[in-house]
Amino acid sequence: MSKDWVVVAEDLVKTYKMGEVEVNALRGASLKIVRGEVVAIMGPSGSGKSTMMNIIGCLDRPTSGAYTLDGEVVADMTDDQLASVRNRKVGFVFQSFNLLSRQTALFNVELPLRYAGQMDASARRARAAEALKAVGLEDRMTHRPTELSGGQQQRVAIARAIVNEPAIIMADEPTGNLDSKVGREIMQLLLNLNEEIGTTLIIVTHDPTIAGQTQRIIRLRDGVVENDGMKNGGAQ
Amino acid sequence: MNLSQSILEALESLSSNKLRSGLTVLGIVIGVAAVIAMLAVGAGAQDSITGSISGIGTNLLFVFSGGGFGGETVRNPKPLTLQDAAAISDPFAAPSVEYVAPLLQGSFLLSALGNQTSTTVSGVTPVYFPMSNLTLAEGESITEEQQLGRASVAVIGPDLADALFARHDGLVGENITIDGQPFRIIGVLTAKGGGMFGSQDNAAYIPFNTAQARLIQRRTRDQVDMLLVQVVSADAVPQAVDEVSSILRSRHRTAIGADDFSVSSQQDFLDTATAITGVLTIFLGGIAAISLLVGGIGIMNIMLVSVTERTREIGLRKALGARKRDILTQFLTESSLLSLFGGIIGIMFGWLIAFIVEKVAIASGTPFYPRIGLDAILLATIFSAAVGLFFGIYPANRAANLEPVEALRYE
Repeated sequence: MSKDWVVVAEDLVKTYKMGEVEVNALRGASLKIVRGEVVAIMGPSGSGKSTMMNIIGCLDRPTSGAYTLDGEVVADMTDDQLASVRNRKVGFVFQSFNLLSRQTALFNVELPLRYAGQMDASARRARAAEALKAVGLEDRMTHRPTELSGGQQQRVAIARAIVNEPAIIMADEPTGNLDSKVGREIMQLLLNLNEEIGTTLIIVTHDPTIAGQTQRIIRLRDGVVENDGMKNGGAQ
Repeated sequence: MNLSQSILEALESLSSNKLRSGLTVLGIVIGVAAVIAMLAVGAGAQDSITGSISGIGTNLLFVFSGGGFGGETVRNPKPLTLQDAAAISDPFAAPSVEYVAPLLQGSFLLSALGNQTSTTVSGVTPVYFPMSNLTLAEGESITEEQQLGRASVAVIGPDLADALFARHDGLVGENITIDGQPFRIIGVLTAKGGGMFGSQDNAAYIPFNTAQARLIQRRTRDQVDMLLVQVVSADAVPQAVDEVSSILRSRHRTAIGADDFSVSSQQDFLDTATAITGVLTIFLGGIAAISLLVGGIGIMNIMLVSVTERTREIGLRKALGARKRDILTQFLTESSLLSLFGGIIGIMFGWLIAFIVEKVAIASGTPFYPRIGLDAILLATIFSAAVGLFFGIYPANRAANLEPVEALRYE
């Protein structure tokens, strides 16, 4: 039975040049993720975890290897084509929220729609309001990030990540800047959204309790996939 | 993102750091204000000078002795004489010439009521007054009888009247002395402003024959300093120049291309004056433009700081799908808005400076009207917007070319 692969990465190699020295961040890592899966990517620092996340999130291109995201072959795209893929297919949730501090929650959530450039202003606002409602912030829409708690800020960031109905959500240590109670709430929100909307959720973390809540943990070490563990019978 | 969104966002971003934006704008304000004020002063000077040249009279030729610049040196040059004037007046030899007025000029000490002043005294024929557009505020002009009778009469300008009598009306019949000789005032001119050959308002005019006989002695009796020639119409000026030149050449027996006289038309003076004031305006405007350039560098500086400060924001926007063009537009909009605001405020400031210059000039007795042309405003606006764009391109490009991964990691 053929599966609905959303992320297909084969033999990814990423080499950075740091002055004279070449650093191999990835040395032939492969992974596949099915649509709707919840996956944790783990690994010690220097394992190539961040590089893997950047490539999966289309922020960066592999030096060699093939990568297909939701049917789009990413490897040879121009910067602007990559930007368009990020805009349509990827929702980012960052450890430090990365909200525009001068703008309202609504504006922050609208931003991806603005860059998509297909909707008029009122449709954009309606869609952004809907996304904020989905994360439980319907009464905080005109607040600025500085007027919101950390948990609320991360909720705004999650609303921003889902507003374009992306194929995958890339969450990079989403609870790293939050206390454990709020962290659990945010984690629960992400899992709920995955269940309700069916968006693939990829979490990069080194917190085992976070990883433990996912169906599958991919461990990286020294630039290759060391261990790819299914918990409840999964893809591979 | 469309334009109005970009402008709104840029405004929000600029207003979030008002002091910095304000200081940056100030640089452009000063530059544009300086350009506008300098161009206005230059245009005003041009108006004032060309106006006074036109005021001398229309269709006039000025004949001086001595060749023009750059001509061959003439051996044994002959001065202009009354006979030359008579020859030019010949309607058959010079049909384009209407009147000829010979002129003798000298600077003398004048006194009246114990006041003394030194100024230009011109010996003129009666026809000189209508030719030069000189009109009388009171009294009469010099008549043919006074001219022939070498009468000791004088027509004086209002400024001279003020200097000698502290008033410029009710002076007909008063006496003045010129170089120690008594003259009776028969008329006072209406004020006219500065002229080509010194102020016509601060001058005295006496009959030509009187001047020749008693005041202004030249090497030969018939010698004159200058001939004023009125041409029948403006169209006939070039033809009149040819006629006058050929008459004088044959009378002075000079070789072709080696004249011992020069004929200038009003237009020549206007052209020269326009060229000089034009250069002056460009010079002043150029100096002012340097300050605009400095303002532009200020914009570049601030935009570079802003790009560095907002590296993370740029990274985030890129992660969310902003293309290079979007980031470029965002920063160019900000820098253009800065310089546009600077331009608008600068135009108003420049206007104010020109206005103050005008008031100061009038208060100090020189009527002078700086003129702010539409061209100057357009130039300043376009130039300042271009400065904003030009100096914004580098920082904006730098922002647009940031790698999203590195920008997001930037602390």
